[in-house]
Order: sequence, then structure tokens, then C-alpha cells
Amino acid sequence: MSQPTELNIDRVAKLARLALTPEEKATFSAQLGSVLHHIEQLAKVDVTGVEPSAHAFAVHNVWQEDVARPGLAVDQALRNAPAQRDNMVAVPKVVE
Amino acid sequence: MSELFFQPLAVLAGQLEAKTISAVELTQAVIARKHAVDARVRAFNSSDEGDALAQAAASDARRASGQARGPLDGIPIGLKDVIAVKDQPLTASSKMLANFVSPYDATVTTKLKAAGAVLYGRLNCDEFAMGSSTENSAFHPTGNPWDVTRVPGGSSGGSAAALAAGEAIATLGSDTGGSIRQPAALCGVVGLKPTYGLVSRYGLIAYASSLDQIGPFARTTEDAALVLGAIAGHDEWDSTSYKAEIPDYRAELSARRGPWKLGIPKEYFGEGLDPEIGAAVEQAITFYKAQGCEVREVSLPHTQYCLDTYYIIATAEASSNLARYDGIRYGHRSKNAKDIVDLYFQSRAEGFGAEVKRRIILGTYVLSSGYYDAYYLRAQKVRTLIRQDFLKAYQEVDALITPTSPIPAFKLGEKSDPLAMYLCDIYTIGVNLAGLPAISVPCGFTKSSLPIGLQLIGQPFQEANLLAIAHTYERAHDWSRKHPNL
Repeated sequence: MSQPTELNIDRVAKLARLALTPEEKATFSAQLGSVLHHIEQLAKVDVTGVEPSAHAFAVHNVWQEDVARPGLAVDQALRNAPAQRDNMVAVPKVVE
Repeated sequence: MSELFFQPLAVLAGQLEAKTISAVELTQAVIARKHAVDARVRAFNSSDEGDALAQAAASDARRASGQARGPLDGIPIGLKDVIAVKDQPLTASSKMLANFVSPYDATVTTKLKAAGAVLYGRLNCDEFAMGSSTENSAFHPTGNPWDVTRVPGGSSGGSAAALAAGEAIATLGSDTGGSIRQPAALCGVVGLKPTYGLVSRYGLIAYASSLDQIGPFARTTEDAALVLGAIAGHDEWDSTSYKAEIPDYRAELSARRGPWKLGIPKEYFGEGLDPEIGAAVEQAITFYKAQGCEVREVSLPHTQYCLDTYYIIATAEASSNLARYDGIRYGHRSKNAKDIVDLYFQSRAEGFGAEVKRRIILGTYVLSSGYYDAYYLRAQKVRTLIRQDFLKAYQEVDALITPTSPIPAFKLGEKSDPLAMYLCDIYTIGVNLAGLPAISVPCGFTKSSLPIGLQLIGQPFQEANLLAIAHTYERAHDWSRKHPNL
């Protein structure tokens, strides 16, 4: 493992679409710095020729017949929407 | 005879069948117990008494007409607040979902309803199941029924505490890195994490999808066997669900008598293990030897890398899974956003708590361009090695014996450093990375009367064996008949 650069909290928070306060940035940087330091020891493991595991058991594509089935009614699907209008989720204007 | 709400499920099932009690009486006893103790334990996020009593009345009506559905019919069961129940709140103990009402049932919920269970209580947990103490709940911490100034463990702390306190007859939790077994150990109850794929994850709020499994908390291994039998099985709504034959786990408890070959992974008895816990586990090992089991030391050489591998894989998956909480279709929406993109940033900032944010940041980082190979891909490869360690050990032994938690229940507020909290899971996370079944059963108490848990780790899809091995220990000891004074 190459020496990882310092975690750039502004860049990562932007990627995660997460607004952080200056206090959170300072706290998380310090805490995650110590977690990342701990994680550094993985560099010691010889993984030459080892296949990565995405799951504990090999899972292959699982297919289902493409048949229509009853789904959620519109009122059920929208019951948790923060704002709705005319059977649709309402959001702030996207295009000026 | 102790109170109704402390009776094992199997005993109550017999009383319901014999009609010496009714489901309504039993449910009323559990509700009254909740009223008596939950102000101190705080295991519940919400509950719906009218709904529970209506379910109980329906159960009694079925039984009266000879239509009873089996041992779970009429039994009050509480669910961790990450498992969907139609028309009930589903919060993940997060402000993000504080007002969410589930439009559908999880598959385990459907199965429990079909078995006639009385679903009662949405149980507290660490926010989005991220934590080891239930202190990360956005609503309130939960107290350990054995000492309410201490944590119940986590993340399924409410499920463990409610059961230990007599506020449920059995409960369900979810286990991504130990979130069933560790609270079971700290609260003195049985907790079973099934093999990955045995129980459907449909309707479980996702944390780390390649690690998450739903499983039961119960007073005894027999009770756990009954609940597991009801919730296990293939489900077309979960593409990682496994097409396994589901045996009658309860019947297998007495059918399987051993003796078994048991392995002691030497890496699980090192630095950091509380001496009283170590001594209790040693006594359990001595017990198995006396039963004629062959016990041998084994090695899981990559154990020291489990924690790091877990925190890379779990946070990576979490950062992806929690991307869906954007304030648009459901969940918290900020009122302080200046445009649509800012709405994502502000809604997530306001809706998520500190630990969730930390894990999203870490997970986003290890997946980000330039770091993916060094962290995520490498962790996936080490995961392969960790799994191979277990499979190699299983060429020699049927199951492994370890402590569940290195320490007993600690004080609320005691662990403020995230890394110190993560170390609570060192004996449980390898099991999730390898996808194995494992159970925690009570194996004693510390001098200060805090419960100790014994972890047994089984071979993939060999839950029947695992339960039988645990049952052999349990029936020779009376730990599960001890209850906290509340």
C-alpha cells in the first residue's frame, strides 16, 4: 500500500454530499486520522494472487421472471415524501 | 415459578397450547412490565399497545377455533427499529427517519405474522445500526437491565435489553459486526447471528449489505431455534438469499448429541480480554471436554486484521447505502437549503448523527479515486484470507469457542473515542466477514454481577449443529434462569 495522503475532509465531505461544521471537520479529521493509522497495518498482509471477496459466499447473477405484480399504491409510495403535489414528489426548482 | 414475562418462549407456547394462559393475558403482562421498567431501561423507541392487543385477541380466536399456527402463535416479539412493519414507525434511531412510517413489511415480519406472533415494540439501537453501545441512538441511550448506568451493548441494544428486562418474550436484531451477539452477552441472553443468506434482508434498513443479517434474541437456545425456524428460508426479494433446506431446529437440539470437535482460536484469548471473562470461557471449555468433546487449539492467523478490514468494507458499503437519504423522496428534508444541491448537503447534515457521519466520511474516502486499491480492494482481498482461515479450521473442528466480548458492560459515556468503541467488536467481526453463523450464550457473571457471554462459531448453514452445541452447555447450567432486579 502506498503511503496514503492525509484525509482531505473537504473533498471527501463534498463527495459524500455532507455539510460539516468547522468543529466537525476538526474532530472527524483527528478521529479518522487515528482510525486510518490503525488501518495502515493492512499494508503488511501479503495479498499477492488473492482474489477479492465481495461476499462471503460466491453469489452469481440471480434472475427472476419479468412479470408484472402489484406494487405500492401511489398514496403508499408517497406517504413519507417531505413534500408532494399532484401524486408526485415536490422538490426545489432544479433549472433556473 | 417466576413471572410470566420471564418465562421462556417454549414454556409459554406450551401454556398457550394447553390454554392455561391466553395470548391477551401474556401480552398484557408484557405491556405492564414495559410500563413498570422502561422508564429506566428505555429499550423502546415506540410501541402500539392497541395493535398488540388486537393481534393477541386474533391469536386467541384462532386457537379457540382450532386454527393455531404453531409455537409462536400469541407470543409477543419485539423488533429492532431497523426492521419494517407495515404502518408502524421505522426510524433506525435516526432523526433522518424520525417521522418515517413503513409502507410494507420486511420478509421476517411477514413470516412472524404468518406464524401468529404478536409484534410489539420498535426497539432502540445505535443510529443505522452503527455502534456497540446503543449510545448513538438519536433519541436516547438504553440502560443495561443488570445495571442501568451501564450500556446494553449494541447496536441491537434495545432488543437485548427489552428481552433481559422482561419487556418481550423474544426479539429480533441485526448483526453486521457483532450487533446481536455483543449485546446478548452484555445483557445475559442468547443471541444468534445466522449464516449470511439464511434469513432474508428484505425490509431491513441497509447498513453494510454484504455483512448484515437478521437474527433472534431469546432466553434459551430452544427459543432461539423456534424463532430462527420461523424467519429462515429463501426469499426472492433478497437476491443474496440462499436456497437452504430449513430443518426443524428445535427437534435437532435433542437429536444431535455430539460429541463434537471444538477449536479454540488462540488469537481470541490475547491482550485486552477481561480476566473474569477469560476464566468463565475456560470453564465452559472444561465442561465440553468433560462431555467427551475433543478440544484443540487452532489458529486464525489473520485475526489481527479483522477490525481494519471490517471498518473499510462496512463503511464503504454504508457510504453507498446511505446515499439514498437525500431529503427528496422520504426522510428529513432541510428547511435551510438555498438550492436543490444544497438540500442534499443540509438534509444529510441535519439528519445524521456524528457516528453515521464519521462512517460515511471514512467509507467515501476508502472508495474515492486514488485510494480504492490501497484500501477497499486490499480489504476485500484480506477478507478472502480471513474467510480461508475459518474454512481451514473447519477441516479439523465442528465449531469454535471464544469469548463474545472482551469486556463486560461498561458505563454509559465511558467510551468517547471511536477506536476504543470499535475494539468492543474484535471477537465478533471476523464471523461477519466470513459469513458464518455464531451464537452468544450466557456463561456466568463477573464479581460485580454483570453477565458474560460465550461465543460459539459454526460452519456455514450448520445452525442446527451450532444450536445443539450451545444447548448442551446451556442445559447443564442455570445462567439463563437468572434475571435482573429492576
